[in-house]
Amino acid sequence: MPTQSYRDIEIPSDYHRAKEVEDAIIDSAQSHGYHEDDLFALRLSLEEALTNAIRHGNAGDREKKVILRYYINENQADIYVADEGPGFDPTAVPDPTITENLSQPNGRGILLMRAYMNLVEYNDTGNVVHMVKLNSKP
Amino acid sequence: MTETPNKLVISREGQITIVELLDEEILEEATINEIADELFPLVSSKPNIQLLLSFIRVKHLSSSALGTLIRLNKRIEENKGTLKLCHLKKPLYEIFVITKLNRLFEIYDDQATALSSFEKKA
Repeated sequence: MPTQSYRDIEIPSDYHRAKEVEDAIIDSAQSHGYHEDDLFALRLSLEEALTNAIRHGNAGDREKKVILRYYINENQADIYVADEGPGFDPTAVPDPTITENLSQPNGRGILLMRAYMNLVEYNDTGNVVHMVKLNSKP
Repeated sequence: MTETPNKLVISREGQITIVELLDEEILEEATINEIADELFPLVSSKPNIQLLLSFIRVKHLSSSALGTLIRLNKRIEENKGTLKLCHLKKPLYEIFVITKLNRLFEIYDDQATALSSFEKKA
Protein backbone atom coordinates (compact mmCIF):
# COMPACT_ATOMS: atom_id res chain seq x y z
CA MET A 1 0.00 0.00 0.00
CA PRO A 2 1.26 3.50 -0.68
CA THR A 3 1.71 5.69 2.40
CA GLN A 4 1.74 9.24 1.12
CA SER A 5 -1.06 11.40 2.57
CA TYR A 6 -3.26 8.41 3.39
CA ARG A 7 -5.17 8.14 6.64
CA ASP A 8 -5.03 4.80 8.50
CA ILE A 9 -7.80 3.40 10.64
CA GLU A 10 -7.71 0.02 12.36
CA ILE A 11 -10.89 -1.51 13.75
CA PRO A 12 -11.85 -4.90 15.19
CA SER A 13 -14.15 -7.16 13.17
CA ASP A 14 -17.21 -5.31 14.34
CA TYR A 15 -20.07 -4.10 12.11
CA HIS A 16 -20.88 -1.16 14.39
CA ARG A 17 -17.29 0.12 14.23
CA ALA A 18 -17.31 -0.44 10.48
CA LYS A 19 -20.41 1.74 10.19
CA GLU A 20 -18.66 4.56 12.08
CA VAL A 21 -15.76 4.46 9.62
CA GLU A 22 -18.15 4.37 6.68
CA ASP A 23 -19.97 7.43 8.03
CA ALA A 24 -16.69 9.30 8.50
CA ILE A 25 -15.61 8.59 4.91
CA ILE A 26 -19.00 9.55 3.49
CA ASP A 27 -18.98 12.77 5.54
CA SER A 28 -15.55 13.59 4.18
CA ALA A 29 -16.68 12.93 0.58
CA GLN A 30 -19.74 15.08 1.18
CA SER A 31 -17.61 17.96 2.45
CA HIS A 32 -15.52 17.68 -0.73
CA GLY A 33 -18.67 18.20 -2.81
CA TYR A 34 -19.14 14.71 -4.20
CA HIS A 35 -22.31 14.18 -6.22
CA GLU A 36 -25.22 12.33 -4.60
CA ASP A 37 -24.71 9.37 -6.97
CA ASP A 38 -21.03 9.15 -5.96
CA LEU A 39 -21.98 9.14 -2.28
CA PHE A 40 -24.48 6.34 -2.96
CA ALA A 41 -21.75 4.35 -4.74
CA LEU A 42 -19.23 4.96 -1.96
CA ARG A 43 -21.67 3.99 0.80
CA LEU A 44 -22.62 0.75 -0.98
CA SER A 45 -19.07 -0.23 -1.92
CA LEU A 46 -17.67 0.51 1.55
CA GLU A 47 -20.44 -1.55 3.09
CA GLU A 48 -19.67 -4.46 0.76
CA ALA A 49 -15.90 -4.27 1.26
CA LEU A 50 -16.14 -4.02 5.05
CA THR A 51 -18.73 -6.79 5.29
CA ASN A 52 -16.53 -9.03 3.14
CA ALA A 53 -13.50 -8.24 5.33
CA ILE A 54 -15.35 -8.96 8.59
CA ARG A 55 -17.55 -11.87 7.53
CA HIS A 56 -15.46 -13.71 4.95
CA GLY A 57 -11.89 -12.45 5.51
CA ASN A 58 -11.74 -12.47 9.29
CA ALA A 59 -14.60 -14.99 9.66
CA GLY A 60 -16.18 -12.71 12.29
CA ASP A 61 -13.22 -13.14 14.65
CA ARG A 62 -13.19 -9.94 16.74
CA GLU A 63 -9.52 -10.49 17.56
CA LYS A 64 -8.71 -9.97 13.90
CA LYS A 65 -8.44 -6.42 12.61
CA VAL A 66 -9.74 -4.64 9.55
CA ILE A 67 -7.37 -1.92 8.35
CA LEU A 68 -8.53 0.97 6.20
CA ARG A 69 -6.15 3.29 4.43
CA TYR A 70 -7.69 6.11 2.45
CA TYR A 71 -7.56 9.63 1.18
CA ILE A 72 -10.26 11.80 -0.26
CA ASN A 73 -9.73 14.98 -2.19
CA GLU A 74 -11.94 16.94 -4.56
CA ASN A 75 -11.05 14.57 -7.42
CA GLN A 76 -11.22 11.08 -6.00
CA ALA A 77 -11.69 8.80 -3.04
CA ASP A 78 -8.92 6.20 -2.84
CA ILE A 79 -9.59 3.42 -0.33
CA TYR A 80 -7.84 0.22 0.74
CA VAL A 81 -9.61 -2.31 2.96
CA ALA A 82 -7.41 -5.08 4.37
CA ASP A 83 -8.33 -8.03 6.57
CA GLU A 84 -6.27 -10.63 8.41
CA GLY A 85 -7.81 -13.61 6.68
CA PRO A 86 -6.14 -16.07 4.29
CA GLY A 87 -7.46 -14.20 1.24
CA PHE A 88 -9.34 -15.57 -1.75
CA ASP A 89 -9.28 -15.66 -5.52
CA PRO A 90 -11.79 -13.06 -6.74
CA THR A 91 -11.76 -14.59 -10.23
CA ALA A 92 -13.09 -17.86 -8.75
CA VAL A 93 -16.29 -16.24 -7.43
CA PRO A 94 -19.19 -17.57 -9.54
CA ASP A 95 -21.03 -15.05 -11.73
CA PRO A 96 -24.20 -14.30 -9.70
CA THR A 97 -26.02 -12.93 -12.76
CA ILE A 98 -26.24 -16.18 -14.73
CA THR A 99 -29.64 -17.83 -14.57
CA GLU A 100 -28.63 -20.84 -12.44
CA ASN A 101 -27.09 -18.54 -9.81
CA LEU A 102 -29.88 -15.94 -9.60
CA SER A 103 -31.49 -17.68 -6.62
CA GLN A 104 -28.24 -17.93 -4.69
CA PRO A 105 -28.44 -15.54 -1.72
CA ASN A 106 -24.71 -14.72 -1.65
CA GLY A 107 -21.93 -13.58 -3.95
CA ARG A 108 -23.07 -10.17 -5.22
CA GLY A 109 -20.83 -7.85 -3.21
CA ILE A 110 -17.88 -7.79 -5.60
CA LEU A 111 -20.19 -7.39 -8.59
CA LEU A 112 -21.74 -4.30 -6.99
CA MET A 113 -18.37 -2.83 -6.01
CA ARG A 114 -17.12 -3.25 -9.58
CA ALA A 115 -20.32 -1.69 -10.96
CA TYR A 116 -20.23 1.37 -8.72
CA MET A 117 -16.52 2.16 -8.30
CA ASN A 118 -14.13 3.34 -11.02
CA LEU A 119 -11.47 0.86 -9.91
CA VAL A 120 -11.64 -2.33 -7.84
CA GLU A 121 -8.52 -4.47 -7.56
CA TYR A 122 -7.21 -7.08 -5.13
CA ASN A 123 -3.70 -7.90 -3.98
CA ASP A 124 -2.30 -11.30 -4.97
CA THR A 125 -3.39 -12.89 -1.69
CA GLY A 126 -6.91 -11.51 -1.96
CA ASN A 127 -7.09 -9.99 1.51
CA VAL A 128 -6.69 -6.35 0.45
CA VAL A 129 -9.13 -4.60 -1.86
CA HIS A 130 -8.26 -1.27 -3.41
CA MET A 131 -11.14 0.90 -4.62
CA VAL A 132 -11.22 4.28 -6.32
CA LYS A 133 -14.23 6.51 -6.91
CA LEU A 134 -13.84 9.62 -9.05
CA ASN A 135 -15.84 12.68 -8.12
CA SER A 136 -18.15 13.07 -11.09
CA LYS A 137 -18.48 16.82 -10.42
CA PRO A 138 -15.06 18.03 -9.24
CA MET B 1 -56.13 -4.12 10.26
CA THR B 2 -52.72 -2.63 10.91
CA GLU B 3 -49.93 -3.95 13.13
CA THR B 4 -46.81 -2.00 14.02
CA PRO B 5 -43.64 -4.02 14.64
CA ASN B 6 -40.34 -2.08 14.85
CA LYS B 7 -39.04 -2.52 11.36
CA LEU B 8 -42.22 -2.91 9.31
CA VAL B 9 -45.68 -1.48 8.85
CA ILE B 10 -48.07 -4.27 7.94
CA SER B 11 -51.48 -3.63 6.41
CA ARG B 12 -53.94 -5.63 4.38
CA GLU B 13 -55.80 -4.93 1.16
CA GLY B 14 -58.22 -7.80 0.59
CA GLN B 15 -56.13 -10.97 0.39
CA ILE B 16 -52.90 -9.06 -0.08
CA THR B 17 -50.49 -8.33 2.78
CA ILE B 18 -48.63 -5.07 2.29
CA VAL B 19 -45.38 -4.64 4.19
CA GLU B 20 -43.67 -1.26 4.22
CA LEU B 21 -40.02 -1.35 5.26
CA LEU B 22 -39.33 1.48 7.70
CA ASP B 23 -35.54 1.75 7.51
CA GLU B 24 -33.94 4.16 5.07
CA GLU B 25 -30.71 2.17 5.16
CA ILE B 26 -30.87 -1.61 4.84
CA LEU B 27 -27.15 -2.21 4.70
CA GLU B 28 -25.87 -3.59 7.97
CA GLU B 29 -26.09 -7.15 9.18
CA ALA B 30 -27.90 -6.15 12.41
CA THR B 31 -30.62 -4.18 10.61
CA ILE B 32 -31.11 -6.92 8.03
CA ASN B 33 -31.39 -9.59 10.73
CA GLU B 34 -33.97 -7.56 12.65
CA ILE B 35 -36.07 -7.11 9.50
CA ALA B 36 -35.76 -10.82 8.70
CA ASP B 37 -36.83 -11.70 12.25
CA GLU B 38 -40.08 -9.81 11.67
CA LEU B 39 -40.68 -10.83 8.06
CA PHE B 40 -40.03 -14.57 8.11
CA PRO B 41 -42.55 -15.46 10.86
CA LEU B 42 -45.17 -13.47 8.99
CA VAL B 43 -44.52 -15.48 5.85
CA SER B 44 -44.13 -18.85 7.56
CA SER B 45 -47.38 -18.50 9.45
CA LYS B 46 -49.43 -17.86 6.34
CA PRO B 47 -49.47 -20.37 3.48
CA ASN B 48 -50.37 -18.91 0.06
CA ILE B 49 -49.47 -15.42 1.26
CA GLN B 50 -49.70 -12.69 -1.33
CA LEU B 51 -47.06 -10.28 -0.12
CA LEU B 52 -46.28 -6.84 -1.47
CA LEU B 53 -43.07 -5.36 -0.10
CA SER B 54 -42.89 -1.57 -0.34
CA PHE B 55 -39.50 0.16 -0.47
CA ILE B 56 -41.00 3.65 -0.42
CA ARG B 57 -38.81 4.78 2.50
CA VAL B 58 -35.67 2.82 1.58
CA LYS B 59 -32.66 4.72 0.23
CA HIS B 60 -29.85 2.18 0.57
CA LEU B 61 -29.64 -1.60 0.10
CA SER B 62 -26.66 -3.96 0.30
CA SER B 63 -25.97 -7.35 -1.22
CA SER B 64 -26.75 -8.88 2.19
CA ALA B 65 -30.22 -7.32 1.99
CA LEU B 66 -30.64 -8.81 -1.49
CA GLY B 67 -29.66 -12.21 -0.06
CA THR B 68 -32.37 -11.93 2.58
CA LEU B 69 -34.94 -11.00 -0.08
CA ILE B 70 -33.95 -14.06 -2.09
CA ARG B 71 -34.34 -16.29 0.97
CA LEU B 72 -37.70 -14.68 1.71
CA ASN B 73 -38.84 -15.30 -1.86
CA LYS B 74 -37.81 -18.97 -1.60
CA ARG B 75 -39.73 -19.38 1.66
CA ILE B 76 -42.83 -17.79 0.12
CA GLU B 77 -42.61 -19.99 -2.97
CA GLU B 78 -42.25 -23.09 -0.76
CA ASN B 79 -45.50 -22.02 0.94
CA LYS B 80 -47.17 -21.50 -2.48
CA GLY B 81 -47.33 -17.77 -2.01
CA THR B 82 -46.34 -14.77 -4.11
CA LEU B 83 -43.91 -11.93 -3.43
CA LYS B 84 -43.88 -8.65 -5.34
CA LEU B 85 -41.88 -5.47 -4.77
CA CYS B 86 -42.83 -1.84 -5.32
CA HIS B 87 -41.66 1.76 -4.92
CA LEU B 88 -37.98 1.09 -5.55
CA LYS B 89 -36.21 4.41 -6.08
CA LYS B 90 -34.20 4.65 -9.29
CA PRO B 91 -30.77 3.96 -7.68
CA LEU B 92 -32.18 0.91 -5.89
CA TYR B 93 -33.86 -0.41 -9.03
CA GLU B 94 -30.45 -0.04 -10.71
CA ILE B 95 -29.01 -2.49 -8.14
CA PHE B 96 -31.64 -5.02 -9.20
CA VAL B 97 -30.74 -4.44 -12.86
CA ILE B 98 -26.97 -4.78 -12.25
CA THR B 99 -27.50 -8.04 -10.34
CA LYS B 100 -30.22 -9.11 -12.81
CA LEU B 101 -32.51 -9.73 -9.86
CA ASN B 102 -35.16 -7.76 -11.75
CA ARG B 103 -35.57 -11.09 -13.58
CA LEU B 104 -36.18 -12.96 -10.33
CA PHE B 105 -38.54 -10.47 -8.68
CA GLU B 106 -41.71 -8.83 -9.96
CA ILE B 107 -41.11 -5.11 -9.43
CA TYR B 108 -43.74 -2.38 -9.82
CA ASP B 109 -43.38 1.40 -9.81
CA ASP B 110 -46.14 1.98 -7.29
CA GLN B 111 -48.44 0.21 -4.89
CA ALA B 112 -51.63 0.59 -6.94
CA THR B 113 -50.11 -1.06 -10.02
CA ALA B 114 -48.67 -3.85 -7.91
CA LEU B 115 -52.00 -4.48 -6.18
CA SER B 116 -53.87 -4.64 -9.47
CA SER B 117 -51.32 -7.15 -10.80
CA PHE B 118 -52.25 -9.52 -7.95
CA GLU B 119 -55.92 -9.17 -8.91
CA LYS B 120 -55.22 -9.90 -12.56
CA LYS B 121 -53.46 -13.15 -11.64
CA ALA B 122 -56.24 -14.14 -9.23
